[in-house]
Amino acid sequence: MAFQDYKLFDLSNVRFVGFKNFEDVLKDPKFIGALVNSLYWVFFSLFFQFLLGLALALLLNKAFRGRGVLQGLLFYPWALSGFLIGLIWKWMFNSQIGVVNDLLMKAGIIDERIGFLSDPNWSMFSVIVANVWYGIAFFAIMLLAALQSVPSDLYEAAEMDGANKFTRFSNVTLPYIMPTVITTTLLRVIWIFNDPTIIYGLTNGGPAGSTHILSSFMLDKIINGGDYGSASAVGVIMIVILLLYTIFYLSATKSEKVGDF
Amino acid sequence: MRLSILGIGKKISLLLYLVFMIFPLYWIVVTSLKPQDEIFSYPIKYWPVHLTFQNYVSIFKISKFHIYIANSLLIATLSALIVLAISLLGAYVLARFQFRGHKQVLISFFLTQMLPGFISLAPLYLLMSHLHLINTRVSLIVMYTVSLIPFSTIILRGFFQRIPVSLEEAATIDGCTRFSALWRIIIPVMLPGIGSTFIFAFIQNWNELFTAVMFVDDESLKTLPVAMNSFVMKFDIDWGAMSAGTVLSVFPTVFLFILAQKFIVQGLTQGAEKG
Repeated sequence: MAFQDYKLFDLSNVRFVGFKNFEDVLKDPKFIGALVNSLYWVFFSLFFQFLLGLALALLLNKAFRGRGVLQGLLFYPWALSGFLIGLIWKWMFNSQIGVVNDLLMKAGIIDERIGFLSDPNWSMFSVIVANVWYGIAFFAIMLLAALQSVPSDLYEAAEMDGANKFTRFSNVTLPYIMPTVITTTLLRVIWIFNDPTIIYGLTNGGPAGSTHILSSFMLDKIINGGDYGSASAVGVIMIVILLLYTIFYLSATKSEKVGDF
Repeated sequence: MRLSILGIGKKISLLLYLVFMIFPLYWIVVTSLKPQDEIFSYPIKYWPVHLTFQNYVSIFKISKFHIYIANSLLIATLSALIVLAISLLGAYVLARFQFRGHKQVLISFFLTQMLPGFISLAPLYLLMSHLHLINTRVSLIVMYTVSLIPFSTIILRGFFQRIPVSLEEAATIDGCTRFSALWRIIIPVMLPGIGSTFIFAFIQNWNELFTAVMFVDDESLKTLPVAMNSFVMKFDIDWGAMSAGTVLSVFPTVFLFILAQKFIVQGLTQGAEKG
């Protein structure tokens, strides 16, 4: 379809057009913006999701009273849809009566309201915050599961050999959970890269296209105009990027065990 | 002394996390319980001063919200059940048998995770309209089922591999057929895994937006996300009704998730330990 003139509202006129869709897309300045945004979006989302998720998993990796309830309360964003998360944060980021501005002003961090979603300098930051909030739970769940499967006798043996807390983490825990880390980060990058729902709910790419990533740009082509030809061209470009990334990532980490959770 | 400071630091950071994680949910609930004028008044009130359910009443009045809920429940449950039935059998075969193309099947399952789902919506739309399934609940059930089978199968395969083959062999010796061994012995042992897969599938179906937007636009067939989506366009300013709708769409999944998360972590642990 990427090579066809394919518009949903003009289906009698579907025809082969060669690389024209690719040309059109690549010439669109919005596309370059979306490509750059995608990189920011994936990198910062993943970085903070992983870091905070790992910290949370480590904190929860001990039996204590009320852990089950606490886990549920900390992990629940994973059960929400990206679209609703977008709506919830849209309300909180509201520049006039949004609660985020109010809290920051009360805490004395800022003096005047920030247009988190209406100011192009802030909008990308805001959607990433919402995405991080959403994704911490995924890493925390997966990493907690991996941590709990580390046999405790490994720690005992390490302690007898005189390992302190830090070396125990870097020499026992880390290698043991490495396959999970590799698989989850790989999958997560792909999902973050592909999933436009949070952006769709929060800003729908605005203001002025400043928060479009490739997938929301593609979605925009479909929803506003039903231009499946161009959308497919974007899709093909995305798949190529993901394939290159996957090959690079797998050879860099030398992992053959991906797919084993 | 040093240890206790560390302990306090841990507690404080956990507390901060907790606030960060829970506040958005708290805030949307509080908003939904405020009267219209209080929602937009300044300074912001951090709890509802005049508690009211008018937003909930009005959302059922201005839309067919009960029908959306019923549609979502029906579609999400049915599809999750079908996914389980198919993935269980598929995962069993992938876990227990070696055959030509075994690896290719697994790889193709992983590849399906790489494609943005909505890229295939246009051809599927054509297919569905040829089958006269546009604007039916069946179309969504079929779509959701198909899209969830690969991931569910991979997860369930992990659970199967955790269960020793000897358990089945013992059952066979006692006179079970392969299928009755699966049904009577293996599946009961796997219940936590099956439960968490079901809840995973249910939550995905409950939340799905774009397929439903494409395939259904009849008022009486809309699912919750579709309805919320058209709310945004219609009543962008009515945050009271919006937040009431959000709370109603969010709570079933949050409730299910909190109920099941212990099993999910447990289940994933078991999946992770397989050789």
